[in-house]
Amino acid sequence: MPEYTFLVVEDSPTMRQLISFALKRIPGSTIVEAGDGIDALKKLSNQKFDVILTDINMPLMDGLKLVSMVRNDPTYKDIPVIVITTEGADDARERGISLGANAYVSKPIQTQDLLNTVNEIIKSKA
Amino acid sequence: MAKDSDSLSKKVENFLKVFKKGEEFTQELLQENEKLRYRLAQQEEVSKSSGRGEALNEQALEERLKTLEDENKSLLDRYHQVEEENKDFANRYIEVETENNNLANLYVASYQLHSTLDFNESLKIVLEIVMNLIGAEEFSIMMLDEKTNELSIVAQEGMGQDARKSIKMGSGIIGQVAKTGDAFYRDGDPTNLKGIDYTHPLVTIPLKIKEHVIGIIVIYKLLIQKTEFSNVDYELFSMLAGHAATALFSSKLYSQSERKLTTIQSFLDLLKEK
Repeated sequence: MPEYTFLVVEDSPTMRQLISFALKRIPGSTIVEAGDGIDALKKLSNQKFDVILTDINMPLMDGLKLVSMVRNDPTYKDIPVIVITTEGADDARERGISLGANAYVSKPIQTQDLLNTVNEIIKSKA
Repeated sequence: MAKDSDSLSKKVENFLKVFKKGEEFTQELLQENEKLRYRLAQQEEVSKSSGRGEALNEQALEERLKTLEDENKSLLDRYHQVEEENKDFANRYIEVETENNNLANLYVASYQLHSTLDFNESLKIVLEIVMNLIGAEEFSIMMLDEKTNELSIVAQEGMGQDARKSIKMGSGIIGQVAKTGDAFYRDGDPTNLKGIDYTHPLVTIPLKIKEHVIGIIVIYKLLIQKTEFSNVDYELFSMLAGHAATALFSSKLYSQSERKLTTIQSFLDLLKEK
């Protein structure tokens, strides 16, 4: 069975738990949580991740900055990134995608939509 | 004369011979005829019995064909039935999955609500649930002051300046919800908004401990991508009505008791010093 490690970057504990709950339903998944972009970069330096799921609006370092830093780092540039945000407007989506995010999920999160998006990313990576 | 008599006798003899032969030939013919008749009768009998066999065979085949057709029909019926069952199972699977997801949302929400005894953290968690799980853009949490009988905003998200900071119990929709303890859901499409009307909210949920209202959650506007309320939203509303109320109430009591404890401790320390 393939194993996947996900990095969930979200400042809200409620959302972190909700996303982690959803991701646990993917067989062979391990979830690591980070509270903001800086915390995420620390965790990225400690272990390998298959997919990063990040919120946009976060303190210290927001999700868009994190996407940009991940894409400009040769070590992490190939890790798929899914951006999760409250903003449903097209410009926020475009900003995330133009910075190099692979997919976009809007809040309030529909668990099935999130799982479908993650599964598509995993399949395309395999 | 004797010559004539001999000749005649010879002729008679010859005639008799010919006649005898004719008789024998006729006898042979009759026998042959008899044989042929017998064979013909035999043949007819065989032919008759073989015709009957063919008819029987044809009937058996027809019966077999009918049986096979019936079997085929019943198999097709069973196939359609199984296909329908499959569809039902697929729909049921989707329903169970949705229910699972909804339960996960409710579990996370209630888990988070009871994860702290800090009043401000409890408020923040209620805000997060309303914003991230329900998808509200403009909303507020109001607590009831039992001395003044007024509802005051203790936390809000995205609200404009013209929103009223406090509302009297029983005044308008919000005040009525606090008074009666019955939730209010505005009729019609929640996205069909002609601007925000702070006197006419989308949803007003009373925060109740048993039948005692301690506050309310008022939603004025949903996120752009949130087009309608789903079943889980209503479940979340009713969960919030109870769990958010107890979480906010207990954390408030805990904060007050902590403060009192600190004050008493300070007094005791002061007394000890003296």
